[in-house]
Amino acid sequence: MLTKRIIPCLDVKNGRVVKGVSFVNLQDAGDPVEVAKIYDQAGADELCFLDITASHENRGTILDVVARTAEHVFMPLTVGGGIRTLDDIRRLLKAGADKVSINTAAVQDPEFVKAAASRFGTQCIVVAIDAKRVSQAEEQGRWEIFTHGGRTPTSLNAVQWAKTMETFGAGEILLTSMDKDGTKDGYDLALTAAVSEAVTIPVIASGGAGDLSHLYDALAVGKANAVLAASIFHYHVYTISDAKEYLHQHGLPIRVVTERNATVC
Amino acid sequence: MSIAIIDYEMGNLRSVQKAFETVGHPAVLTRDPQVIDQASHVVLPGVGAFGDCMANLERFGLIDPIHKAVQQGKPFLGICLGMQLLFTESEEFGPHQGLNLIPGKVKRFPNFSVDTPALKIPHMGWNTITVQNPSSVLQGIESETHMYFVHSYYVEPTDPDVSCTTTDYGIPFTSSIVKENIFASQFHPEKSQRLGLQLLRNFGAWQ
Repeated sequence: MLTKRIIPCLDVKNGRVVKGVSFVNLQDAGDPVEVAKIYDQAGADELCFLDITASHENRGTILDVVARTAEHVFMPLTVGGGIRTLDDIRRLLKAGADKVSINTAAVQDPEFVKAAASRFGTQCIVVAIDAKRVSQAEEQGRWEIFTHGGRTPTSLNAVQWAKTMETFGAGEILLTSMDKDGTKDGYDLALTAAVSEAVTIPVIASGGAGDLSHLYDALAVGKANAVLAASIFHYHVYTISDAKEYLHQHGLPIRVVTERNATVC
Repeated sequence: MSIAIIDYEMGNLRSVQKAFETVGHPAVLTRDPQVIDQASHVVLPGVGAFGDCMANLERFGLIDPIHKAVQQGKPFLGICLGMQLLFTESEEFGPHQGLNLIPGKVKRFPNFSVDTPALKIPHMGWNTITVQNPSSVLQGIESETHMYFVHSYYVEPTDPDVSCTTTDYGIPFTSSIVKENIFASQFHPEKSQRLGLQLLRNFGAWQ
């Protein structure tokens, strides 16, 4: 049976791991390659690097991080942040990324997603959606897309946008709630369920994980195929095994990891 | 002995190469027929669309060298699309003709989402393999082990006996095949952590 995926995400700036609260107050948490090895051994199902300074500064550092990671870690790796051209994608895939996540560039030019999917295959094109609730509490949920790390409103409806991106060739949706990101009080379940039900491609829920029940809710109530989390794993609040054991015990299909199947090299 | 990984500009071959090196089997990326001819083992990876992959194999003059390697009895490994290419034909944006080393078809998963919305396409993530016909390439890898998949099409061999493992995703499908000196998997051993590497280690030792 296909299992639900647990994906630790590392925010990478100038080749170092950082994790901020709502994208500010960044704290250094180590070398991405070392952290990737730890997550590989712990049995994470995939790994995600988000290059948070890609739009502003030297972008070569992430290629080096990806290449060094690919030498030691034999699990799927997604890289996002500042991807704007087919050449950006080609370089990342060549360095060793398996998937790339496209955010702002997809909103600015949806045809870019189509071109990328047709050139590299839909399986390696993830479209990242940063959504913020714009409806009132008593209204039916309505969410809009924000770009540039959540700073720029677009007036695009998030659920509709996810469907559009599917038709343009996205192989997966990485869905982040801007309202919940950094709060540690749980994923936006209504948003996650609305997008999961609207598309036939896999959905990764992101933003708001504070404890293990939040992961369960995103997968079971939000119907996500995978959950992305950062600080709860980075700061050792929970290990990947804690998370997997918990989700498994609560009846979700999970690849429970033993020393036998994690990579050690 | 040396492993030749066929580089025809389709997908991330570096991780396949690094994975073989990690388990002690040096491997080269090549599209030189002479290097393929001299190799002891040949690997055909592949990511992307079936038609594009066949077009590139043709453009780089690799179709004859692949047939030759298989005829010479060299251990041959197909991974993901590299497995699908071994079949007779695919319906992906097709029909497209394949290498026809394994009689059979490549078909798209049915649209599950109408009845079972949880079954998304691509089939992406870790799923179990159930051993149907044991192979030395699977030595040390038990039935019901999880491997990493990402695909929207699956193979349907004409002769069900070539099916080495099956996997269930809405329907049971052939997730690896073994036929004489050919082993091929729909999953990615190079992305399946320790037990994926075990498969590559076994393949490198396969005679």
